[in-house]
Amino acid sequence: MAVLDTRGTRCFSAVAFVLLAVLPPFLSSYVLTLLTQVLIFATLAMSVDLLLGFTGLASLGQAAYFGLSAYTVAVLTTKQGAGFWQTAALSFVLSLVLAALFGLIAVHAAGTYFLMITLALGQVLWGLAYRWVSMTGGDNGLAGVPRPSVQRVSFDDPTRFFYFTLVVFLVSALVLYLVVESPFGYSLQGIRESDGRMRILGYHTWLHKYLAFIISGAFSGVSGFLWAYYNGFVSPQDVSLVTNMESFLMVAMGGPGTLFGSTVGALVIVFLKNFVSAYTKRWLLILGGMYILTIMYAPKGILGALREWGRRKASLPRATATAGGRTDR
Amino acid sequence: MEFWVTQMFNGISFGALLFLLASGLSLIFGVMRIVNIAHGSYYMLGAYVGLSVVWRTHSFALALLAGAATIAVIGVGMERLFLRRFHLQEQAQMLLTMGFALIFEDLALIIWGGDPYTIPPPSLLSGSMHIETLTFPLYRFFVVAMAIAVGLFLWLLQERTRVGAMIRASVDDKEMAGGVGINVPLVSAGIFGLGAFLAAIGGVMGGAFLGVFPGVDFEVLPFAFVVVIVGGLGSLKGAFVGSMLVGLVDNFGKALLPELSYFTLFAPMALVLAVRPTGLFGRV
Repeated sequence: MAVLDTRGTRCFSAVAFVLLAVLPPFLSSYVLTLLTQVLIFATLAMSVDLLLGFTGLASLGQAAYFGLSAYTVAVLTTKQGAGFWQTAALSFVLSLVLAALFGLIAVHAAGTYFLMITLALGQVLWGLAYRWVSMTGGDNGLAGVPRPSVQRVSFDDPTRFFYFTLVVFLVSALVLYLVVESPFGYSLQGIRESDGRMRILGYHTWLHKYLAFIISGAFSGVSGFLWAYYNGFVSPQDVSLVTNMESFLMVAMGGPGTLFGSTVGALVIVFLKNFVSAYTKRWLLILGGMYILTIMYAPKGILGALREWGRRKASLPRATATAGGRTDR
Repeated sequence: MEFWVTQMFNGISFGALLFLLASGLSLIFGVMRIVNIAHGSYYMLGAYVGLSVVWRTHSFALALLAGAATIAVIGVGMERLFLRRFHLQEQAQMLLTMGFALIFEDLALIIWGGDPYTIPPPSLLSGSMHIETLTFPLYRFFVVAMAIAVGLFLWLLQERTRVGAMIRASVDDKEMAGGVGINVPLVSAGIFGLGAFLAAIGGVMGGAFLGVFPGVDFEVLPFAFVVVIVGGLGSLKGAFVGSMLVGLVDNFGKALLPELSYFTLFAPMALVLAVRPTGLFGRV
């Protein structure tokens, strides 16, 4: 399944890109910060999609790498006064190492077990953030992360920080796109459809899944890195199960296995969350309701539903790819 | 020495509580092949319903019964009205339970507010037993006794009754079980209700010594998960051994390294999975 298999998606992406590049100077700073947030969470959601949509591994623990990276930035900047390149290098390496470590434990398992193990491992990180008070500030979190400056160019200004985020997002999206469109990416999709068959064909499926897990963890880390600088504040909330569930829903809602669908999901959820929070504190209720509505009425996500519609119009045979999970065990 | 005996006792009683929680999770997985993400929510809701009943009636027994029965009804309702529509679509069913977990968390916050509470244990059990210089709260003995009773009941139910044979047949092969006339949907609904019932009993029991507060649902959920990961999904024996192991490791971890306490969950999971990816007694 090609990522951009319809003309519609390609046009949409191009238009979205042009708008994102041109519009910001004309937008209010409120909308601009929301868009920045969308890009950050879209990066996180894409990393979830690499596992859920392309490899068939439902991970409920990507917030662990997101959070580790964010805490790394917060600790380094507030306690050590570290600069941009130091935090970038260290947060990237640490989330990579953590993913390599957790992957050793999680990737052996499949399906349900994988979901439970990633959730439990994620909660281990949450426990550390919450209780290792001397390092993480516990429930109070760490405040006062300054906006980064690179080579004496400060990203303090919302517009500049938006462009900074946009560049990181585009690079991440491009790398992930190249990954899923590479022979390696097609092998992942083969593993999603049938691990056993791929093994018989001579593929080292464990290694494929393990590498996908590490790549995914690294990009979750990239989004956490952006988040710490964006928000200026890091708390156990960032590593919590709710963050995991939000990013998971972004993928489920956008359409698993589409990569760019995750961006649509992130857009819907970030805007809705901020819009709703102006009127009510009942965000979890709404998030849960959206979960149920998505499963009942758009099980393949927004992009999946659009594609199905497009395919029916073109009267092509229906795709056999399932929404995220494997149907055969 | 005193330290070790006391911590051992605390670990076993915490393990007993985990068994109440994890046996239901494991049971539901055995029949339906899904992990119920809302299982921690059943624990929390059971504790809160129990709390309300204790406030009104001052009866712990009634709280236990009312909490468990209410949550069992919620569980059966969830299964019949929502999960049923996605028969054999495990991923969709898990996503649904995730949505419910979020909704239950917020509903509990609306109804019972954000303050932490403790369910008062029955006066008969609020004392302690003293052996030389050591003190053992009686209530914790009661938790252990309850876990043993539930464990025996589940074992007899599964191995010695006709209903148990139907459950085992549904676990082994759903289609064949349906083919020989077992009402598999009814078994599924019953098991889901029983799992919710057990989690709620755990909630009321745990509410009396760990307390009940917003977020406790997502705090106990990983414990239940690690228990069944270690013990193996769908196995009663696994749930028992896993509970004791996790209860003890967690308790010693908390006592020795309080700042890294949650990290102790990591060790048993990593060790067991390195040796047996399906858990100690898992079959899948």
